[in-house]
Amino acid sequence: MSKLVNSVREAVALAGLKDGMTVSFHHHLRNGDFVLNMVMDEIAKQGIKDLTVNASSLFDVHAPLLNHIQNKVVTGLAADYISAGLGRAISQGILDKPVQFRTHGGRPKDIATGKTPIDVAFIAAPAADAMGNCSGKYGKSACGSLGYAYADAMYAKKVVVITDNLVAYPLQDWSISESYVDYVVQVEAIGDPKGIVSGTTQITRDPVGLIMASHAAKVIEASGLLKDGFSFQTGAGGASLAAAKFLKDIMLAKNIKGSFGLGGITGYMVDMLQAGCFQSLLDVQCFDLKAVESLRTDPRHQEISAMHYAAPGERSAVVDNLDVVILGATEIDTNFNVNVHTDSNGVIMGGSGGHSDTAAGAKLSMIIAPMFRARLPIVTNQVTCISTPGKDIDVLVTQGGIAVNPAKVELRQRLLEAGLPVVDIHELKEKTERITGVPRKLPHGERVVAEVIGRNGDLQDQIYSIR
Amino acid sequence: MEILKRASAGTMESSDAYVEIEPGNGSIDITLESVVLKQFGDDICHTIQEVLAEQGVTSANVRVIDRGALECVLRARVETAVTRGKGDA
Repeated sequence: MSKLVNSVREAVALAGLKDGMTVSFHHHLRNGDFVLNMVMDEIAKQGIKDLTVNASSLFDVHAPLLNHIQNKVVTGLAADYISAGLGRAISQGILDKPVQFRTHGGRPKDIATGKTPIDVAFIAAPAADAMGNCSGKYGKSACGSLGYAYADAMYAKKVVVITDNLVAYPLQDWSISESYVDYVVQVEAIGDPKGIVSGTTQITRDPVGLIMASHAAKVIEASGLLKDGFSFQTGAGGASLAAAKFLKDIMLAKNIKGSFGLGGITGYMVDMLQAGCFQSLLDVQCFDLKAVESLRTDPRHQEISAMHYAAPGERSAVVDNLDVVILGATEIDTNFNVNVHTDSNGVIMGGSGGHSDTAAGAKLSMIIAPMFRARLPIVTNQVTCISTPGKDIDVLVTQGGIAVNPAKVELRQRLLEAGLPVVDIHELKEKTERITGVPRKLPHGERVVAEVIGRNGDLQDQIYSIR
Repeated sequence: MEILKRASAGTMESSDAYVEIEPGNGSIDITLESVVLKQFGDDICHTIQEVLAEQGVTSANVRVIDRGALECVLRARVETAVTRGKGDA
């Protein structure tokens, strides 16, 4: 028996894709992904219309999707993150129906419960056998973890694995098993390795970023959470990585043996594992080649599904046991609500990803951001979009001071005792505006172009069109 | 003070401004592009005019491409462009 079919075209036909259905994709190949465009082009050629695309994230490489939207091949979008290139078109109102934004934990939960059923899931697989056992760890397009694809594979009505590295059955060390897979397609290339692991994973050299990172590490040290068994997640941004490096230095100096590092994993987290800062890494997505190599070779470095990572209201998820997370923000308001969906002009350029999930789960959720970017202050009276509610954010670290959520009385006290520059968030806002000036508030357009669905499944905020 | 020649100052880096100045036709003509036009457009125009007035410039074509420069940065770039346009630097 073999599930191998000759082409994407044949797989789409056999899967019974029809007008009005939902197709899904995962984003481990990031801005190097060929699979979404390859599949959607084929679907468009077959004249199928009115589809919903449910993708864990969309990147600028997926710009051809805009043509499919204009041609009504695609009439609905759901994603956890949409990069600026596509985001601008959405903010301009290219879709009639609002985009549905979820979190990395909310997406698999809604797929599993049937709230957002998937008709056909397409899995980009850097290695697969003819029965559909597949893995991201091997092959020329290796991306490491396939964490976001598990729910798609487990709950879609039909599952198509697309690979550029077909191996003899059975693939060893598979991540997603053949028991979920209907068809396998072999293609020349599923992605461009240069775009799969992007250049974001460089430590910052910017002095402002280094000050913030140093503050961030000291806040963690003073929080009382940094002790044996410590668990930690950080992003791939330059300042977040610098914070991880400073934290590593503190952990080594104090001989602290942490428990686990979580999330999108970079080479810096691998360094921390290898230096003995953690017992294991739990990996939903690899950001660079060093992380891919570690996942492949080090049994302490484990792949987890998005559900296991972050799903809300499940029996448990790893985020529920997370001590500290370092997160970013485009804006944060004086109630500590954070925006990571839009820029300060209201244009979509991101999304929650795991932001809301980790902020809700972690004992200490920290935003690290400069006081202003290109003259625009980070702290506002009211964020353009509530991506993560302020009740889940504990502290904001900037180069001009550290603002603690007023609900976190003990944390504030600990930071003051450690001699850290604690400021009231309103004071921080005024201090920033003395440097930048007070920006004029922008009116937004009439139409709702996106809905932000919170972790609890309710509508949390709406994003409007731009004028 | 007269602008005698075409001159420029600044860069197109984020948080900087690029300023070009050239002799005018008896008045100040400002062309502004800015990434924060909606938030700070009026403030930026005001700052440019203020620096020109301080420098005694009454006739010039000024083109500013602002990448989110703070006011102090913008003032410095305009002032330097004027100084270069006068032939002093």
